[in-house]
This record gives sequence, C-alpha cells and structure tokens, in this order.
Amino acid sequence: MVVFDKPHALTDAPMHYCPGCTHGIVHRLVAEVIDELGIEGKTIGVAPVGCSVMAYNYFACDMIEAAHGRAPAVATGVKRADPENHIVFTYQGDGDLASIGMAETVHAAARNENITIIFINNAIYGMTGGQMAPTSLPGQVTQTSPYGRDVKQCGFPIRVCEMLSELDGPEYLERVTVNNVKNIRQAKKAIKKAFQNQIDGKGFSLIEVLSSCPTNWGMTPKAALEWIDERMIPYYPLGVYKDRSAQEAQDK
Amino acid sequence: MAEKVLMKGNEAIAEAAILAGCRHYFGYPITPQTEIAAYMAKKMPKIGGTFLQAESEVAAINMVYGVASTGMRVMTSSSSPGISLKSEGLSYLAGADLPALVVNVQRGGPGLGGIQPSQSDYFQATRGGGHGDYHMIVLAPASVQEMASLTVKGFELADKYRMTSMILADGTMGQMMEPVSLDFEASQTVEKPWATTGTKMSRPHNIVNSLFLQPDELEKYNFERYERYKRIEETEAMCEEYMMDDAEICVAAFGIAARVSKNAVDEARKMGIKVGLIRPITVWPFPKAAFAKAADKVKAFISVELSMGQMIEDVKLATSCKKPVFLCNRAGGMIPAPEQVLASIKEAAEIGGAN
Amino acid sequence: MAKLTFKTDICKGCGLCVDACPKKLLRLAQEKINKKGHHPAEITDEAACVGCASCAMMCPDCVIKVER
Repeated sequence: MVVFDKPHALTDAPMHYCPGCTHGIVHRLVAEVIDELGIEGKTIGVAPVGCSVMAYNYFACDMIEAAHGRAPAVATGVKRADPENHIVFTYQGDGDLASIGMAETVHAAARNENITIIFINNAIYGMTGGQMAPTSLPGQVTQTSPYGRDVKQCGFPIRVCEMLSELDGPEYLERVTVNNVKNIRQAKKAIKKAFQNQIDGKGFSLIEVLSSCPTNWGMTPKAALEWIDERMIPYYPLGVYKDRSAQEAQDK
Repeated sequence: MAEKVLMKGNEAIAEAAILAGCRHYFGYPITPQTEIAAYMAKKMPKIGGTFLQAESEVAAINMVYGVASTGMRVMTSSSSPGISLKSEGLSYLAGADLPALVVNVQRGGPGLGGIQPSQSDYFQATRGGGHGDYHMIVLAPASVQEMASLTVKGFELADKYRMTSMILADGTMGQMMEPVSLDFEASQTVEKPWATTGTKMSRPHNIVNSLFLQPDELEKYNFERYERYKRIEETEAMCEEYMMDDAEICVAAFGIAARVSKNAVDEARKMGIKVGLIRPITVWPFPKAAFAKAADKVKAFISVELSMGQMIEDVKLATSCKKPVFLCNRAGGMIPAPEQVLASIKEAAEIGGAN
Repeated sequence: MAKLTFKTDICKGCGLCVDACPKKLLRLAQEKINKKGHHPAEITDEAACVGCASCAMMCPDCVIKVER
C-alpha cells in the first residue's frame, strides 16, 4: 500500500528551489489538499513574483502569472469571472504580499473576497538574492540591511495575520510553519480549511506559512529550520488569528 | 433606421460595452470618466455582471487581467493619471497576449494636470505606455455614436488579435451629449482554448504568463507578436477623409480636434482655399496609406492637436517628410477654436502656395 | 517492513529527510553524486523502516515514495 507519493496536482517538473527550501513542502501541501478535495479540474492558481514565480510550472491545475504584488487583484478577477465554478488561490511571498502588494492584500481581505491565499513568510527577498523584506526581523542581517535591520531607520516588521485580523472582512487567518513533521501536519490542516472555506462560500482565507531560506539566511537547511523555532516564532506566534464562522457559532 | 437616444459619451461607452457582451467592469473614480463607472454600478448587478470599485487603478487593471485570463470580455476605464498607473498592467496584458478593453478619457497633464480635455496621452497610447515592445489597438472616437460603435469594435479586435484595445477619447467626448443609435449586433465569439477556466481534468494545464527567462524564447514571442501587429497595420487602419479629392492642404486631426478642424475646413473652402481633412479613427495602427497618398498631392499638412504636438510625428513618418507639416495646437486642457485652425490653414496656404 | 523508493535524480541532498527519520535510518550517500551534482539520500536499513513517512513529508521535492 502506498502511504506517501507525489500528489497528482503537482506536475513532474523538477522544482528550481534551493536545497532545503521549504517552498517545495508548501507546494506539496497545497497539491495534496487539491487532490483530497477533488478540485484540480476547477482550480486556478495565481503565481507571484519572487522565488515562487515559476510555481505555474509545478501545479497541474490552470495557472496565471501575476505582476509583483497583484495576485489578489488578479485572483479577484478570476473568481468574479465565474464564482460558481472557479476555485482560486494565490501563492505569494512576503515581499510580494506584504510590501509591494499590501494594498491588494488588505482590500481583498476587506472585501472578504472568496479566495484562498498561501502566504510564505521567510523574512527575506529570496529571488533577488537576500534583501530586507517587510517581515525581516529587527537586527536581521540581509544584503540591504548589512548592519542588521535598524528599526529606527527602516521601521518594524509587519505581522500580517495580526494586522488583517483587525478587519471585519476576512473569514479565516492562521499562521503555521513547516519546520517539522508535526507542524507540517498542522499547516496542511490549515490549508485544507482555507480551501474548504472557499468551497463553502465563506470568503477570504489566508494561511501564513513561516518558511526557511537557507541560502540567503546563510545557514544549513537544518539550522534554518531551527532558526524558525528560535527567532521567527517568538516574533510571529503560530495560531488562528481569525475564524469568523467559529466565532459566530460561539456567539450564538 | 434604429431609434436614437440622447446620451453622454461616457454612458454610450458603458452601454455599448454591455451590448458587446462585457459583464465585468473594474474601475476607480477619476474625472472626467466617472460616468462610465456610475453607469456600470447601476447596470451590472441587474444583468448578472460584475461592477467592482477597486482600491486603485493598479488593482483594477489586474482584476481585468484576471478576468481576461478566463477568456471573458472585460473592461476598465480611467483618465490620464490613472492610465499611467495602469501601464504596468497594460504591459503584462500584452506580454500574456490577453484581450481587454481599456478606456482613456484624457485630461491635461503632465502630473495631476487638470480635468479639462486633452490629447496629450497620444504617445503613451500609440507607443504602448508601459515597458517592453508592444502595441495596443487605439481607437479615437469623434462623436458619441463612435464612442459606442468603437467600443463594440474594440472588443472584437481585442478578441481577434489577443491584445488590448484602447478607446482614446477626451473629456469633451466623454461629457458631450448626442443622439446615438445602439442597434448593435451581438458580436461573434472567438474560441479561446488558451483560457484558464480549469482543466476539467480533460486537458493539460493552461498557463497565462509573460515570463520567459530564455532570451531566444522571449525573442520568438516578440517576433510573433510583431508579425501580428504587421497584419493589423495592413488590415485594420481606419480613417475618415473629408474633402481630400482636390485638397492642396491636408489637416490631420482626431477626436474633438477633428470636429473643430472640420468647421475650419468648411470656412476655408468658402474662401476658396482647397483644404481637406484626414481624421484617423485608429491612431494605432496609424492610417499611414491615406497620408502617404495625400503627400503626393498636397503641398502641406497641418496637425491639429490638444497637445504640444504628438501625432505630428506620425504624420511626418507616414509622409516621409515629403511636405512641410505644421502644428496647430492648444494644451493643458484648452481646445483650439475653429478660427485658430482657419488661421493656420491660411498661413499654410500662403507658405505652401495653395490657392 | 516498509519500502522506500527514491527519485535519486531530483534529490538536492538537503538532508531534511535524514534529520526527520525517528529511527535515523537515512543518510546522504557521500560516495555518490546524482545528475544535479548532489549526494542523494538513501536508506541504510530498509528492514528497520516502519514506513512512518516522516522523511517523505519533510522532503521539499517529493523524492521519496513510501509503501507499507
């Protein structure tokens, strides 16, 4: 009996990501969820600009490559084109979603746009070679913060889930990570809920996934996963930040 | 003859778009085109369509990109500063070969400029506007009737050639009211096997994309696109010629400038000056053949524009600078009066010896 | 007893599977180099593997198929 294999919703194309990069894990979780929900034939994914720009080669469903930061707007168009028959997700990094595309993110959330967003927070711009991201930690050394992120000079990191949770719009916000098997199981549960919410017409769901970037963090893949525990989770606590349906059920 | 209704130019665009089968509109308020958004906001919910006021012009054009990816007819509208913001999206639409309709009801610039009519986005529209090698089909209406008919035409051309059509109007065309016939045939549909509507598990996945990291591959797409552009230049250029048969002076003007110029041509004819008018209806593709033909007959051209002189460059190119080309213009939201155009015609007649 | 199949050609030798195995049954084959130029992962003692699939779940590249 096969207990584990590549999901159908991933193509056979070898991924271009660096060794130990967790993008591949999150891609697989999304694909497993698409398989389990039986929605590959009606799913349309929107890829960002950043390391996962070529995600369109890896997902077997229809895919669209968006301009930098604009994926939620593109997804809005795709969803509105045929709300009954399109399942739409975006896959975006921290620079894409929380810097250049912040307006599109916030307003899609405020509209409770019935889409699913997978948000990869690895605290750095990977594709361009390791520059400071809106989520880089205070003191974090990057190519454009070579003396460490100085919050007096360039401000503080943005906690996306906490910020969006203040809006009335979004249905579901959860922060997860994929740095060990237990956390991967939880991440998959969250991603599945985010897609199920869309199927049920509940609206905007965003899953923030704390991820590693061994290459640009200058660490081994193993050390990078440990850094998530040691440095990222204290600043970006895991958990559910909004679950409107659950809240409403409780309030009744 | 179909019944005519009195409509504003902006409303005629909106109604024509709906008649052309457009059910998705995304916009952001900006003067002087907001009537289009207001009309769509009223109509779309009643016919099962989408009206969405986006958070910015940038978001609106990307929502257009999303719908266009699914193969459905979609539009947005804005005015000059807003079109600058949309230019990123226009480049991506071109790079991904997506059909869409974009309306620019131009106002004076640069910068925030003013809210009065202008034609100073001619370069931006005819040269593409955003980054990279590309064109849009640019249609320049000169009446409320054309605001409607060119909107329908714009959707058809966009589908046919998988590219953006732009309606290049101006504040006057948007705001003026004229009787208009909206008796349009439901335009033909085009197969869109490339659209991302879900694989239904019955075909390999479609990808809408403008990223090609291999330069030879990217070059190939650029070459293919320009082959298509060449066909469009050969077959889709449109213009109106007025009193050109015996003309010795040729006025070139589009949109509101053409309406003013027509009056001036009539006045000049009364004075015995042999002057005619070529009015480009498509400014890209530019009606080069009409101008090239005229260049062999007339003694001089006058480009009448609501800008510092932009179309004049296309007139010079189309005529290979065989004859002098004069500029008669106002800018910043001002419109040349027929008297100003008449004075230019007289001057050109004297210099060119046409009398 | 479980059966692991490795798509050795696409392994990037990151070692996340090695760390994930609760019984420490995996290793990067230092004496081998795959098409990508990496030392690929392999199992040292398949008979001892219980097929928990922790290695496969940590693998970013779906290199490992697990059967039980």
